[in-house]
Amino acid sequence: MAKLLEIQDLQTLFYTSAGTVKAVDEISYDVEEGETVAIVGESGCGKSVSALSILRLIANPPGEITGGKINFMGQDLLQLSDREIREIRGRDISMIFQEPMTSLNPVLTIGVQLTEAMEFHLGIDTEEAENRAVKWLEMVGISEPRRRLKQYPHHFSGGMRQRVMIAMALCCEPKLIIADEPTTALDVTIQAQILELMKDLSSRLGVALIVITHNLGVVARYADRVNVMYAGKIIESGTAHDIYHKPSHPYTLGLLHSVPRLDQPRKERLKPIDGQPPDLTKLDNGCSFRPRCSFLIDKCENHYPALEQVASGHITACWEREKLIQEHR
Amino acid sequence: MYNYILKRILLMIPTLFGAAFLVFFLLRLIPGDVCELRLAGTGLYADPAEIELCQEKLGLNQPMIVQFFDFLIGIVTFDLGESMWTGKPIFYEMGLRFELSLQIAIMATITSIFIAIPLGTISAIKQDTWIDYVVRTFSIAGIAIPSFWYGILIVLGILIFTQSWFGEPWMPPLDYVPIWVDPWRNLSQLIWPALATGYRYSAVATRMTRSAMLEVLREDYIRTARAKGLLEKVIINRHALKNSLLPVVTVIGIEFAFLMGGLVVTEQVFNLNGLGKLFVDSVMSSDYAMTQALVMVVVMVFVFTNFLVDIMYAWLDPRIRYA
Repeated sequence: MAKLLEIQDLQTLFYTSAGTVKAVDEISYDVEEGETVAIVGESGCGKSVSALSILRLIANPPGEITGGKINFMGQDLLQLSDREIREIRGRDISMIFQEPMTSLNPVLTIGVQLTEAMEFHLGIDTEEAENRAVKWLEMVGISEPRRRLKQYPHHFSGGMRQRVMIAMALCCEPKLIIADEPTTALDVTIQAQILELMKDLSSRLGVALIVITHNLGVVARYADRVNVMYAGKIIESGTAHDIYHKPSHPYTLGLLHSVPRLDQPRKERLKPIDGQPPDLTKLDNGCSFRPRCSFLIDKCENHYPALEQVASGHITACWEREKLIQEHR
Repeated sequence: MYNYILKRILLMIPTLFGAAFLVFFLLRLIPGDVCELRLAGTGLYADPAEIELCQEKLGLNQPMIVQFFDFLIGIVTFDLGESMWTGKPIFYEMGLRFELSLQIAIMATITSIFIAIPLGTISAIKQDTWIDYVVRTFSIAGIAIPSFWYGILIVLGILIFTQSWFGEPWMPPLDYVPIWVDPWRNLSQLIWPALATGYRYSAVATRMTRSAMLEVLREDYIRTARAKGLLEKVIINRHALKNSLLPVVTVIGIEFAFLMGGLVVTEQVFNLNGLGKLFVDSVMSSDYAMTQALVMVVVMVFVFTNFLVDIMYAWLDPRIRYA
């Protein structure tokens, strides 16, 4: 399959009074057409920032994209003018956000919020845009869509709002949708429905998906490829199967142990990862995971491990990967 | 929506009653009544019998509670009686003055809105740039400098510039004519005090617009709008402005009501015979009937303005409209 998006050495910094935060530190990954890629990590590891950086939605100040390339359909998004990137946003790449309660404008009708992007990007009139909006609302499973267009976000439940967000993201038929923790704020039962809907629509329409999540269950079920992030860097990358069954980084291993598994008998208690994620203003040359790592060796103190291949399409950044793989297979 | 409006209207009644109660009894705590002031105010000896006679004529010798009910009945039947000082009907005394004060208040509020909303918005969008600093300085100057001083500046400015441009000085007309009699003459007199007070009272609203806009621009739905690729101007006008106007509407409403009775000094500078001057004079002469009537008028303006503000709220925010 052809590469849709290639991110190379993307770096995003935040200049705060406490110091410079390396929120995203030279990460690289690809998304192929129609593929679902997951970005997994704890809160504050830079996964949302890396997603917002793709569409250059980082507020400046305090944030700034300081390096790298984001190649999308033959152009570097970081080099585009403000006008050009605006034409990509919502048209070729759209976003779904975490909080459906606050991501929709409370004073505008659903209809206005759905049609405005279509009118702007596709150059169609309001009537045509409304007809298409009705079609999209139907597609995301909202009943009586014609009547619903005139309603406001507070008339909708959380799950319904997220469906509206999905309809908004799809309405200009983009090539890529970035979903930033799309289900975190929803009830568990609704989470499954929303994910199912996203997966179904994206595969039916051939849209590539980047799903940002801290939920490994989501990853196992819906993603083709997984990038695990820690302290602003990608520390392991592979297919969902690789990550789930052959984790090769102590952090990934820790994440897996701290998630309840329903597909295996309950043999042992959940093991949380000890310690806290590091302060992103105080990173040194060593491995950022070492204070919490049980595979610690001397080399970790001063040398950040490079991403090395452990199998075809499966890379990890750990000096002790061989030992880890032997012990845990 | 109709329930909402009806509820607001019914809520006005206790407010008005409370205000009537307070003004009636507070006024009578001031020592000396209108009769004493008129007959003995200048330090002359007055015959106590004469004072009593005067009090009897004005009904001031009756028990307080009786006077209070007379006052309440007067409000309900729209019969406010006569001024205790001049003896003329209160409606006659207020008539033109109310009209003039209302017109200035409306014009000043419009001025204030036209200054506050665009400037506050620009200042928020350009936060921490020189534009923001200029706007903030401009609006702080509005609060810091009293409006009578602008008044003097404006009057002097008109004189000096008309002198140098047309060869002879031009003065705004000094006597008030209602707007429907001679709109041009009326506006050329009232536009100046309206500009002076409008600028002054725009300051708070400008800052309010700025801070509300800054807050709204950080909301998630603004990020959603950006992610849709909308033009910045659409994001501001359609997505941000309506959300940030709620607190601004409150401030402007309160200011409008205040302008109705509070422009004592500005009225002096521009030689206007408005409610503010009447207010001060009636308090000075312990003219209970006139002061009470004026307070009730101002309270009614406040209550009515708040009602309008509530309606505006509902118009701006569907969550209130459908609640």
